[in-house]
Amino acid sequence: MSTTLAQVQQEVVEEFAMLGDWQDRYEQLIEQGRDLPLIAPEHKVDNNLVRGCQSRVWLHAEHRASDQPGAGIIHFTADSDALITKGIVALLVRVYNDRHPQEILDASTEFIDRIGLREHLSPNRANGLSAMIDQMKRYALAFSSVQ
Amino acid sequence: MSNPIPAVKPVFNTGEIRAQFPILREQVHGRPLIYFDNAATGQKPQRVIEAVDRYYATINANVHRGVHTLSNLATEAQEAARETVRAHINAKYPHEVIFTAGTTASLNLAAACLGQVLLKPGDEVLISGMEHHANIVPWQLACDRHGATLKVIPITEEGELDLPVIPGLPRNPGLFTGQSGQARNDSPFTDRTKILAITHVSNTLGTINPVKELIAEAKQRGIITVVDGAQAVPHLPVDVQDLGCDLYAFSGHKMYGPTGIGVLYGREELLECMPPWQGGGEMIDRVTFEKTTYAKLPFKFEAGTPHIAGIIGLGEAVRWMNDTGMAAMAAQELALLEHATKELLQIDGLRIIGTAKEKVGVISFVVEGVHHYDLGTLLDQQGIAVRTGHHCTQPLMDRFGISGTTRASFAPFNTIDEVDMMIAATMRAVKMLRR
Repeated sequence: MSTTLAQVQQEVVEEFAMLGDWQDRYEQLIEQGRDLPLIAPEHKVDNNLVRGCQSRVWLHAEHRASDQPGAGIIHFTADSDALITKGIVALLVRVYNDRHPQEILDASTEFIDRIGLREHLSPNRANGLSAMIDQMKRYALAFSSVQ
Repeated sequence: MSNPIPAVKPVFNTGEIRAQFPILREQVHGRPLIYFDNAATGQKPQRVIEAVDRYYATINANVHRGVHTLSNLATEAQEAARETVRAHINAKYPHEVIFTAGTTASLNLAAACLGQVLLKPGDEVLISGMEHHANIVPWQLACDRHGATLKVIPITEEGELDLPVIPGLPRNPGLFTGQSGQARNDSPFTDRTKILAITHVSNTLGTINPVKELIAEAKQRGIITVVDGAQAVPHLPVDVQDLGCDLYAFSGHKMYGPTGIGVLYGREELLECMPPWQGGGEMIDRVTFEKTTYAKLPFKFEAGTPHIAGIIGLGEAVRWMNDTGMAAMAAQELALLEHATKELLQIDGLRIIGTAKEKVGVISFVVEGVHHYDLGTLLDQQGIAVRTGHHCTQPLMDRFGISGTTRASFAPFNTIDEVDMMIAATMRAVKMLRR
């Protein structure tokens, strides 16, 4: 169970590399959305909306306390009202979920380019994608100062 | 054997029109571009691109200042474009045509300057529920500044202005007044209404509003009228004297012209009464530190070096529209609208937002269980450019209880085949998104 963050990124890259046309790519993305750890209703609030996306994306981060299992890791949950956006956030959650803050802060975002998402998504969406990553890293930064 | 009669007689040669738009030779995601986002910005015919290019390549100089030849040529070209625009909208004088950065700038000018001379605490500005944010926010700012109130004409389920119409009577005269001339209780106008600011054509719904009748009613009450014509000028013949409006705003880039150039038409007497908006060069007569006197119209409202290339490009765009034929272009757009409306309604769960009797070639729709953003993204993957979102009309979205729509807006270079491809692409996308 000790898969590293980089290994998960590599898994994602390989999954997308096997896909042919745009339709497969987007179907795969929509499929990812089904596996997303859904945000609890009480966290699906305006305060958790990620700014910079045309569709609505809610992202919640929970820092596991030292007396809990998985002490110190960040657990993300999310949702979106658009399926493709939900797929994108699910992909990000899959990569960054249940990691220590420093791992998230150190992680490269190069895999986004390697799965061809940035070039295939509209500038609006690409910005939304960057906004989601920024938001995750901001949580990691905030929690990294918590011992 | 006689030739079968074609079912649909082509309005004009679409191929000939298409050849004039270089962008239509572009590909998107490896497919030929299908451009259905004409209400956001229009594409540019070669003639307009060349006019802008020619200005920079041969006569680029600042206007109204130089004694040298190029400056005179640039000035002549700019003023010739002003005359072309004047004739196109049938303004009385060229100096009633003020060049601005676009409709948004025109409306901000209108709201700031009219607000200053007209609005007092308790006064009302009347707009409608289908306004673009550019015809809402400047008035909110003016109302805030002068203690006035913004009033809104509601919108019907069909996407028309919800106006009291007396059955059996022609719309004009007597839209809000009975034969006795008594004001009706449900008239949107009150004794405190000072300004009516209304869109001629809705960018989201395509609805053509009865602005002439509204203006006539407003005028009787001494109300100043401002029309947002951004979506009307590309499709309809606009005659500002016939409409009787005081101010009329529109953009160059939605009518085959360059971006960054727009027009505010203003009735001479009103423009004379309005204070300047922005200060700077070009707009002055004499400057001292104690007092500045202003240039005459239109320069009083054109501070700084104008967008000369844009003005010349806009003039060429108007000439192109007239040469191509406004009526023929409108007929083609309506044929596309009619076909798209009929075919889109075949899609299960699809609802058209905006079913007014009088529309331009704009069609907004929502599909049950499908987010407009997903649909727009999947249409883009198939080479089709549509608009998704709230279209800068959030209050209108609230009115219909939706977060956004998918909007296709047509130009005369679009074809029935392209509409069919959009329908097929929409069906394919909906299938993917509903699975």
